[in-house]
Amino acid sequence: MFKFLFKRLLVLVPVFFGVTLVAFGFIRALPGDPVEVLAGERGVSPQRHAELMAQLGFDKPLWQQYLSYVGDVLQGDLGTSLITNRPVVEEFFELFPATAELAICAILFAVILGIPAGIIAAVKRGTFIDQGIMSLSLAGYSMPIFWWGLLLIILFSNILNLTPVSGRLSFLFEVEPVTGFMLIDSLLSDEKGAFKSALHHLVLPSIVLGTIPLAVIARQTRSAMLEVLSEDYVRTAKAKGLSPVRVIAIHAFRNAMITVVTVIGLQVAVLLAGAILTETIFGWPGIGKWIIFSVFSRDYFAVQGGLLLIAVCVMAVNLIVDLLYGLINPRILH
Amino acid sequence: MTSMTATTSSSVRRQQWREFWFYFSASKTAVVGLAFLLGVVLMAIFADIISPHLPAEQYREFAELPPAWMEGGQMRFFLGTDYAGRDMLSRIIHGARLSLIAGCIVVVIAMSIGVLLGLVAGYRGGWIETIIMRVMDTIMAVPGLLMALVLVAMLGPGLVNAMVAISITYMPSFVRLTRASTMSEMNRDYVTASKVAGAGPIRLMFISILPNCMAPLIVQGTLSFSTAILDTAALGFLGMGAQAPMPEWGTLIAENRDLMLSAPWTVTFPGIAILLAVLAINLMGDGLRDALDPKLKRS
Repeated sequence: MFKFLFKRLLVLVPVFFGVTLVAFGFIRALPGDPVEVLAGERGVSPQRHAELMAQLGFDKPLWQQYLSYVGDVLQGDLGTSLITNRPVVEEFFELFPATAELAICAILFAVILGIPAGIIAAVKRGTFIDQGIMSLSLAGYSMPIFWWGLLLIILFSNILNLTPVSGRLSFLFEVEPVTGFMLIDSLLSDEKGAFKSALHHLVLPSIVLGTIPLAVIARQTRSAMLEVLSEDYVRTAKAKGLSPVRVIAIHAFRNAMITVVTVIGLQVAVLLAGAILTETIFGWPGIGKWIIFSVFSRDYFAVQGGLLLIAVCVMAVNLIVDLLYGLINPRILH
Repeated sequence: MTSMTATTSSSVRRQQWREFWFYFSASKTAVVGLAFLLGVVLMAIFADIISPHLPAEQYREFAELPPAWMEGGQMRFFLGTDYAGRDMLSRIIHGARLSLIAGCIVVVIAMSIGVLLGLVAGYRGGWIETIIMRVMDTIMAVPGLLMALVLVAMLGPGLVNAMVAISITYMPSFVRLTRASTMSEMNRDYVTASKVAGAGPIRLMFISILPNCMAPLIVQGTLSFSTAILDTAALGFLGMGAQAPMPEWGTLIAENRDLMLSAPWTVTFPGIAILLAVLAINLMGDGLRDALDPKLKRS
């Protein structure tokens, strides 16, 4: 197990340095020299320009700049935001729980609906139900989610008046951030109705962000189940007279789980990319909206740091998924 | 002699097409997808003739007109007009051109460079392979849309830069597929035979090996085509892709976003266009996979 973990970590090392190179190259590859870019349209006097170049280390040779950048990164220093003047790491982790909460709810939505839908489609293969589920999931897979979000806002917030349009919590409430997860914080606070408000705000964004993962999970669960259902041990279990539910849930699904867990793990990157669009539409104060804001306000240190931190998150989750295989399938010994 | 070989190879090719069409047409939905896509392609080609108005023409006195079947709508502007009184239907028809071309170019760039790198990695192995594959791993470590966004921020917003950025994020899947198939084809007898016959590495890679790796690449290409349209639209929506007066589908949604509540049709129809086009390509892709994937082929 530890040997496996070590091996996997070893593979991640070059990828990590690759991402630092991309993040490092990002600011240097912007047209114009970095200080001019950072100064924007206001411009700087030549004297101040030279001062800033020296202060930010841009006057040294590239390899020296890269080494000192990596040194800073390894010590957890990802630079300072040009807009707020706060460390990028601090900003990132302050906003991270909002994105995590949204992503977790979205993946729960996708798993809770997607796995049963896939199983039902596989069991009822070729029927009207199967075709219906598969058509819907293909439509979900083809969905431009930014448009889907706007459509749901028009329908649920404007016409039916059921859900709020944006944000995480109604302005009527003030909740002390303890964990950063609004659902938990609102429960911890004394404010009555805050939890309900937080839940209301979370529904639409979770559906929007969870739509593509839902479609993918349903499709993959179906094909994994179809493969497993044709195995001999499933026939044996049926022949023994076990109830269909037992055969499907225990004998078949447990073996289809490997594929399903892989697919869920792969959705993390999809979720983080989707969060950029979803958070922009719903005014959700998370990483995605922050990155977009940083790109537009030319806060390049924030973009650079965010890029690196998000890549590290994706790598970490992929590693965890790999380790989970061993728990689900004891035949895979690490 | 030469003419005989030519006839045989063309009849073999016809036979292959017939077999392919037999498997592909077994799926009704795939045929529907293909037909719809052909319709969209024709619409894009003949956009100037079909569309009732010029996409940029502003009929100020008819701004925010609802679709024809709603109260206050006019047949002249079948899908209604936007804030500047431009005809939505004409804008969407012209948008098909931009979206399809963008999707095509992304796939062509990603596929040609990806296949080349994958062939070299699989054929040469060694340090070249290690470098290529680690670079691809790096691209894959960052979620696609974020990578594209950062690249566009670097290159400057615009449709062309968005296409380049998206194709870079699609490259790894082509490299991996090509490398894997190349590695499994390398040990086949026909490759050894052509090596013994004195074929050079270029001939081996492109003429012997590549045609036998095409099936999964075609399927991946089709699926990338649909996601490329989605991603181009997403970048357009975020304001980093095609820029405002251009009637690209994602940009159309972005420029009418403020009208979402007062004139919902301006946002609804471009989205339906994206959804249907992407759905048609995906239906076709599913059919292609069933027809080309030898593992699933019903014998």
